[in-house]
Amino acid sequence: MNTLRSRLTALVQHPEFARGARDMVGVALGIGAWGLVTGVAMVKTGMAPWLAVLMSLTVFAGTAQLAAAPLIASGAPAWVVLATAACLNLRFVVFSAQWRPYFAHLPRRRRLLLSYFTADLNYVLFMRRFPEPAPAPGQQPYFWGGVLVNAGSWHLMSLLGITLAYQVPSAWGLGFAGTVALLGMTYTLLHDRATWLPALIAAAAAVAAYALPLKLNMLVAIAAAVVVGVVIDHTRAPRRRALS
Amino acid sequence: MSTLESLLTIAGLTLITLLTRGFFILPERELPMPDWLREGLRYAPIGALVAVIAPDIVMNQGRLIQTWQDARLFGVAAATAWFVWRRDMLGTIIAGTSVMLIFRLGLGW
Repeated sequence: MNTLRSRLTALVQHPEFARGARDMVGVALGIGAWGLVTGVAMVKTGMAPWLAVLMSLTVFAGTAQLAAAPLIASGAPAWVVLATAACLNLRFVVFSAQWRPYFAHLPRRRRLLLSYFTADLNYVLFMRRFPEPAPAPGQQPYFWGGVLVNAGSWHLMSLLGITLAYQVPSAWGLGFAGTVALLGMTYTLLHDRATWLPALIAAAAAVAAYALPLKLNMLVAIAAAVVVGVVIDHTRAPRRRALS
Repeated sequence: MSTLESLLTIAGLTLITLLTRGFFILPERELPMPDWLREGLRYAPIGALVAVIAPDIVMNQGRLIQTWQDARLFGVAAATAWFVWRRDMLGTIIAGTSVMLIFRLGLGW
């Protein structure tokens, strides 16, 4: 017990801990706003507030929560909810490949704990602070300093959002804030025709297949996006090869 | 969904957070990234995102909306304009939500 306490004290007093926290404060406003919107949207799409609190404290992934809340509220089967969330979280799989050289030498239990907290902005800031993909002193204090501010502002603001959602009449349609947040997220992923076309076709497929039971239109749309995207990639690639 | 089912789904979602974030951190041995994953990775998130938002924007109780006098359409237009102009998420959310509220509460659309 004492050793854990002294290890925690050493971690918090490390100068890199303060630096990690300070770097994260710069983007905490954005994290807080995203948490607030997620909290409001979860309740306003029909989720019981105590489930929204539980979900916010455990799942700790805003995009997946925003997408899963309306699906759960509308009675979609669990596997459709989980498949949707897994697709939205695929970016973390890519990040994790880049985290590996920094953390691979640590014991597995430590890696489990670190993995859970590797959210988007922790990734961005950590890679900027330690561009060299190798273990170095100060990395873990820096990481945990960032996590303290990141997870702290996220949880605080999403709990505030869940509480506020109670005070706002449903007729305002504030669940729409969640839709707009996801729309912005989509725009950041669209940069050329190879991403626009799959997005438009998937959107049309999601609407056209809306009458399917079990929210299966989600899976139809994901499949449409992947198929169209991969087909575009494969038809463009030979031409690029011929040009070079 | 029953309460128990919701609880299990939330537990599953937590597991997904942990497993996707730890995908290449947790194994003891080096894993190569398979090609199908790299390709699907590019398009599956876009498909999942638009599948959530498109019906929320252009449908009402399971039917395509039949009028342009819908507050959500103006919210989307404002959010899109803001994103094209400033490329920032926070402003996009605020612009889209406030324009939607103005049309809904002000005009009753």
